[in-house]
Formats: sequence, structure tokens, C-alpha cells
Amino acid sequence: MLEVRNLHVSVGDRKILDGLNLTVKDGEVAAIMGPNGTGKSTLSYVIAGRDGYDVTEGEVLVDGVNILDMDATERANAGVFLAFQYPMEIPGVATMTFLKAALNAQARARGGKELQTPDFMKKVREASQKLQIPQDMLKRALNVGFSGGEKKRMEILQMALLQPKLAILDETDSGLDIDALRIVADGVNALRAQERSFLVITHYQRLLDYIKPDTVHVMARGRIAKTGGPELAHELEKTGYAGFVGEAA
Amino acid sequence: MNKPLPIRTRTEAEEALVATFDSASSNLRGASDLRAAAMARFVKSGLPDRRVESWHYTDLRSILRRAAPVRPGDFMPVERARAGLASAEAQTHAARIVMLDGIYRPDLSDLALLPAGVTVASLADALAEGDAEALGALTGEGQGADDPVVSLNTALMQDGVIVRVAAGVEAARPIAIANIMSGGAPHAAFVRSLVMVGDGAKLRLTETTAACDESETQVNEALVLRIGDNARVDYVSRVVRQGAGAISLHTLLATLGAGSEFNGFSFNPGVGVDRRQMFVRLNGRNSTLNLGGLSLLRGRQHADSTLVVDHAVPDCRSREFFRYILDDESTGVFQGKVVVRQHAQKTDGAMKSQAIMLGDGASMNNKPELEIFADDVVCGHGATVGQLDDDQIFYLQARGIPKPEAESLLLEAFAYEALELIADEQLRARFIEQTGEWLAARGAA
Repeated sequence: MLEVRNLHVSVGDRKILDGLNLTVKDGEVAAIMGPNGTGKSTLSYVIAGRDGYDVTEGEVLVDGVNILDMDATERANAGVFLAFQYPMEIPGVATMTFLKAALNAQARARGGKELQTPDFMKKVREASQKLQIPQDMLKRALNVGFSGGEKKRMEILQMALLQPKLAILDETDSGLDIDALRIVADGVNALRAQERSFLVITHYQRLLDYIKPDTVHVMARGRIAKTGGPELAHELEKTGYAGFVGEAA
Repeated sequence: MNKPLPIRTRTEAEEALVATFDSASSNLRGASDLRAAAMARFVKSGLPDRRVESWHYTDLRSILRRAAPVRPGDFMPVERARAGLASAEAQTHAARIVMLDGIYRPDLSDLALLPAGVTVASLADALAEGDAEALGALTGEGQGADDPVVSLNTALMQDGVIVRVAAGVEAARPIAIANIMSGGAPHAAFVRSLVMVGDGAKLRLTETTAACDESETQVNEALVLRIGDNARVDYVSRVVRQGAGAISLHTLLATLGAGSEFNGFSFNPGVGVDRRQMFVRLNGRNSTLNLGGLSLLRGRQHADSTLVVDHAVPDCRSREFFRYILDDESTGVFQGKVVVRQHAQKTDGAMKSQAIMLGDGASMNNKPELEIFADDVVCGHGATVGQLDDDQIFYLQARGIPKPEAESLLLEAFAYEALELIADEQLRARFIEQTGEWLAARGAA
């Protein structure tokens, strides 16, 4: 599904990713953990296609296709989804209008048909109920005045509707209380499937108690410093990241 | 201290305007003293240039190089005028009152649709008959008396309408005043209308300035609006279909009685040069004023909204909210002055102007001013000028929405937030459609 090969990324003069290699198989849930400032969010933005990052070397393959030449729209249409750490507020754009624009754009890009309004409404209603998103929230401007938990649930709703091949969750647990965390994790778990892979970026073990990863990668100094199974996350909870920061240096 | 301006020579346009007064004065009916005094003021001031503070960003003296001639009222045959009117249509349910080339035309108006309690008369007839009420009301309360464009309008007003809404009448359908120019060669019109809304009455009023083709028209319009106690007026003014060289000057002179409400909105989807000046005085306690506007500009278009909101009494509320989308090398101007007089305590005022710049050559000039002489008031203003937010665009793209569509979505949202101030659903829907057309034309370019 996802293969990152020898990825070097800079922002201005600052090197952030330094020869990162990572493979996520079909249906796999891979967690990336690591200290602040080690390039986790950069990795997610570079995969999603945000401007302002200078890829000096390496490749990012999704299903064998290098996506680095695509713009963010094309990557989304190729099945890449980023659940933002800080979802953007879009004043004046009703959430429903936005969801429809996104679903239709992806349907068009894949040569499919746009959804009829009643079908669209039904689909959104069902998906939002599962995430305990009240209907009146969907009429409000996207993310404007939403709480942190509401914004994260809205990200998962979009993921559920868009059905991506590769979902990157960038610190989806930040700013969530236990109840919201459970709702979000349930939403993610419901989408786990053989044809869908997840890259779950987090600081803490806690999220991984709810979304059980198949693999855990520790990132430090712009690279993957260690890879293991779920037990690695528990180990980190005890030992912290100090060892890795030291090792990579 | 105001220094006397250095003596300067009259421009060709100024000469022509003075000559128009001299030669046309036999055709200008009534109000001869008022006209002569106004012309004398204009002769003294000339066309305003950047040295006149309120015209600093719209240098009319250099913009108006040639003053176009005024046309006789019967220049265009009725049938062609009717066809031209169709382009100015926005409300199917309104009673339309038409001025063609500056002359009130009952034959083109829907007088049969006038709601009960509403009367319409020709301004020129009233002035010729020496109608004292009309004459007295014509200059509002002297607001804008020093403004050269108002002086020109007073001196040269050809015609216009006097609309009276009787006290207590809730006009069942909107009144739509259409100032139509017949087009073709450049030509000018000077229109003055007077709308008097009785105590407790309600009126929805639309004013459209349009030309039958994309010609270089020069329109100088003034609307005097007197709103009685506890009355409510929802007013929308708009410009449509004019040539790139068209100059549209519009002045609103409004007064609000106690407990009244005035909601005014101006929509400009792009004409050559457009200046809207609004002088609004809150004259009675507990009155509410909401002014808004949206300008969509491209090419070298220029839109200027200049407001003077005068809180003359205590306990009133005013809100101003103007938005601009500026593409290419267009220019936006927002000048908002809020005056709170010494005894106008408990005034609640807020003014906001926001612009999105799309073109590298576009410019926006903001000049908010508060002149507060009372000590117990809440007044604020804010102005922002910016570009589309890259992070928002990325977010939309990350959901599969193509970049041009993402930009349009954000611009539409920016425009809609202003258009939401319009109470009339049909007008709002029409303007949303026009905004969509404007954005689509941008995408196609």
C-alpha cells in the first residue's frame, strides 16, 4: 500500500526528514510514535501534498505509484486521506456543502457518478449518527465554533464518507477526553479493512489501547529508529524517548 | 486650518458641466434658486481631486476627463427601452418605477402594481409646481451639502420620483426604482428621488442603475430617504451592466426617526468606476441602522463606498459591514466615518470592512474614522485586507476538491456572508447567482 523510500525533506535550510524508510502493507495499522519535533507531522503533510516542503530525495509510493508529482487534490483522489491534527475552520461554508463538494469531486475524479441528494443525505446521516454528531452541526459552517472533540469527530466522518485507501491520523487523540477518544477510535476501527491501511501518528500509548496497531515505529531525528509490534508502544511508555534521541544522535 | 486651494484652471469636463447648466437651465424645471446656489458651489469647488479628503482615493477630477451630454427623455423608443429594462430585472414581484435617461417614465413603470398607501409623482413636476414639501425635503438635512457631486446633482437634476408611503402602511410588495440609460454614445443623467416613509410604515425598496448596453454612461443619482418614527425600510442598491468606461456616482441622504430601522445594502458586481456615498443621520432615539455592501471587481474597475453615519441622538445602534473581492488591477475604497455627538450617549456602533485581494495589481484603501464626543458609548471598527488562506485551500484539496473549485468555494463563502444581510430572498438568490457567474468567469479566464 504505502512505501516511503529514502525520503529527505527540508523546510528552508532546515532538514526535517533524513532518509526515512517505511512500509505499510494492505490492511495494516501502523503506528508512528516519537518525541516532539522529530518530523511526524511533516511526514503526514508531505504524503498528503502540502506546499512548502522541499523533497530533495526519495519516493512515496501508493500502490506502486509515486505520488510526489501529484498535487494534494490528485493524491486525495488516489485514496490518500489525512485526518488533520488541527482541522481548518472554514467560515461561510456549510459542513454539508463541503461534504457534498468533496464526495462529488472524488466521484468525478474516479469517473463515477455524483450522488443524488437524497442518497447523499442518507449516507451522511447514517455515518454521523455512528459518530454521535448531531444533525444541526452539519448545517453550521465547517469546524467554526466546534470543540476540539467535535472537530476530530468531523475528520473521522469525512474519512468514513470518502473511504480512502490510506488514512493518516495525525495526533487524532490530542485534545480529546476519554469519551470522545472512544467514539473516534470506534469510528476508526469500524473502517479497518483488508483494502485500507492506516498510519496512526501519536505521542502517547493511550490511543493505541483503543486502536490496536499491527506495527509500531519509533521516529527520531527524521528517520524510523525502531520498528516492532504493539509491545513496543508499552515499552516506550515506561522508558520514554530519551534513548532514541540519543541513539540517533 | 484649511488653507485656500491654489487657483487652478478648469478642466474640460468642469467647463462642460458649467456649460450644461447654462444651456440647459431653460429645460431644468423648478427649484431655480436651489439649483443656482448649488451651481455656484460647484463653480467654486470644481470636481474633487485627491486633495479633497473625502475624495482622496477616487480622484474624480482626473477620472472624469470628458463630461458626456445629457439626452432628451424621448431619445429611445419605448419598445427598445422595454427590452433594455429586462436586463435590470431582479425581483419579479416588485412594482417598478422607471427613469429613462434621467426622466421619470410612467409609461414604462408598473404603476398598477403600486401597493395601497404608496404614491409616486414626478420630481420635476413637483418642482415646477413649487411643491414646498418636496423642495424642503430635497436636500435632506443639509448632509453632503459641501460635496461637489451632490452640488452637481442639485444643480442639474433632470427628474426623479417622489415616493410617499403613508403612515402605518406596510407596503405589500417592494418598490423597485430603475435608473436606465439608453446607451450607445457616452451620455449622462442627473436623477434625484425622494422617498418619504411615514410613521410606522414598512417599505422594501430596490434601486438599480443600469444601461441598455455596455456603453460609457455617466450617472449622478441622489436618493433622499426620510424614515418616520417606528418605520422600517429595507433598501438595496445595485449597479448592473455598464461599460468599462462608465462612471456611476450615487449619493444617499437618509434620516431615521425614533424607533425606526434602516437596512441598506449595495451590490456591485463590477462596473467601471462606482462611488456610493451614504450620509445617514440617526435622528430619533432607539433607531437601528445596518449598512452593508459587496463589490466584486476585476480589470481596472474601481469601487468606492464612503459613509458618514451621524449619531445625533442617544440610544441608537449602527452596524456597517462591507466586503470586497479584488482581482487583476482593480481598486477598492472604504471610507467610513461614524460621528457620535456629545449628547448621543449609549450609542452602540461597529464598523467592519474586509477585502480579499486576488490580483497582484489590486489595491484596497481603508479609512475608518470615529469622531466621538459622547463619553458613554461602545464604538469600534476593524478593517482587514488579505489573500485567500493557503491552509484552507490545502484542507479542501486534501479532501479531493480541485484548487480552482476550492478557491471559488472560499470566495463564495466570503461573499455570502455579506449577502446574508439582505432580507429579500429573491434578491439574495439573484445576487448569489451573479456572484457564482462572476467567479465562473474568473475560472474561465
